[in-house]
Amino acid sequence: MHILIGTTKGLLVYRHSTFLDDPVLVKTHFLGFSVSMAFIDQISGRWWVGVIHKHWGQKLHFSDDQGKNWSITKLPSLKGEKLPNGKLAKVRQIWSMASGGSDQSKNLWLGTDPGALFHSTDNGHTFNLVSSLWKHPSRLKQGQWFGAGSDYPFIHSIVINPEDSNHVFIAISCAGVFETKDGGTTWNPRNNGLIAAYLPNPNVEVGHDPHLLLMSSSNSNILWQQNHCGIFVSKNNAASWENIANKEGIPNYGFTIAIDDDFEGRAWVIPVESDERRIAPNLKLQVYQTDDFGKHWFEVSTGLPKELSFDIVLRQSFYKKSNLMVFGTTSGNVFYTDSTSLTWKSLATHLTKVNCIFIY
Amino acid sequence: MAKIKFTSALRRFFPQLCDLECEGESVQQVIQSVEEQFPGIQDYILEEDGSLRKHVNIFLKEELIQDRNTLTDAVNASDEILVFQALSGG
Repeated sequence: MHILIGTTKGLLVYRHSTFLDDPVLVKTHFLGFSVSMAFIDQISGRWWVGVIHKHWGQKLHFSDDQGKNWSITKLPSLKGEKLPNGKLAKVRQIWSMASGGSDQSKNLWLGTDPGALFHSTDNGHTFNLVSSLWKHPSRLKQGQWFGAGSDYPFIHSIVINPEDSNHVFIAISCAGVFETKDGGTTWNPRNNGLIAAYLPNPNVEVGHDPHLLLMSSSNSNILWQQNHCGIFVSKNNAASWENIANKEGIPNYGFTIAIDDDFEGRAWVIPVESDERRIAPNLKLQVYQTDDFGKHWFEVSTGLPKELSFDIVLRQSFYKKSNLMVFGTTSGNVFYTDSTSLTWKSLATHLTKVNCIFIY
Repeated sequence: MAKIKFTSALRRFFPQLCDLECEGESVQQVIQSVEEQFPGIQDYILEEDGSLRKHVNIFLKEELIQDRNTLTDAVNASDEILVFQALSGG
């Protein structure tokens, strides 16, 4: 397997073969530039990387030979489109990418800041704006979609039902979770049970801040999210959500989550102290696990540093593939473990902020 | 034809980029002429709406261009244009 680690100063590629050996650094790419998104299309095998140039704008690169050669594709355009505040809309950052299932092998979805979703039916040669979402009444009304840590809302999660590629969930910070069952023709918010504690009405239909959305690969009815206002799980295909955070302690606030492929009730989170103090809780990097849909949480931090730590982990920087789990921190440290033994080992230190990790 | 020079930073993406002499009566037309010789370079210099990227500067006769939105500053054949990135830290 390859481990793609996108940092604010470039992309690192490691190869993982067996837990008997440490992953090996294969190559670095895009040195000096911020890698905002890394994705491997499991059908075509194509690697995709979003790169933010401080001066030259967002770019979208791809490689068909595992990074030996890179090409650049035309960035999707919002030319002529406007934001709800009347300003011209521009694609500011690529946040997320997902490929259609085996029934839609050339389909790709692309989520961006400022809240625009794009769709490709030709393996990324061209992308078209999903206008049904762009023109969704909730987006056009100011105050329902808004930025969180960014000036504009952004689509950071795209989840495709492995049993039906026309069934797609997206998660937007801030707006919430939206679902389409018809390949993007119509969209409906799916935020029942979520809490938006930062709004006058915490139970609004749209205005939520899911930090990362995941679907169980063994049961598409089960979705998880680390949210700004807790950790939530749905067992009914996002018809309703239950807050499973430890409301009096940790885990509660955080950005990221990983779930088990086989064991439905198992998930891991990497808590952050609070919205107000975005540091490792008690200045100690910690991972928590649940085996029962959040009824109980227990710490699984063996191997992580015991000394003072400011490290936190952003939403795209924790990834699980088979038994391999890897996360990278805002302080430039990367750790990995076998999910069956859960003893973390250091993969890299002294990097810069880790933006994203993808394993395939 | 106007002479146009580029920051060396752009050569990382366009290794063959060099000083050029380009047709064009406005900065926009000159950039379009450069794009014909180096396809894709416009996306590095301009936003998708055609305005100059926030952290890119274009100097015309050693002065910053006036119209960053539509690049209508008039260009004469004897003029020299410099495309440069704004300085930033981090």
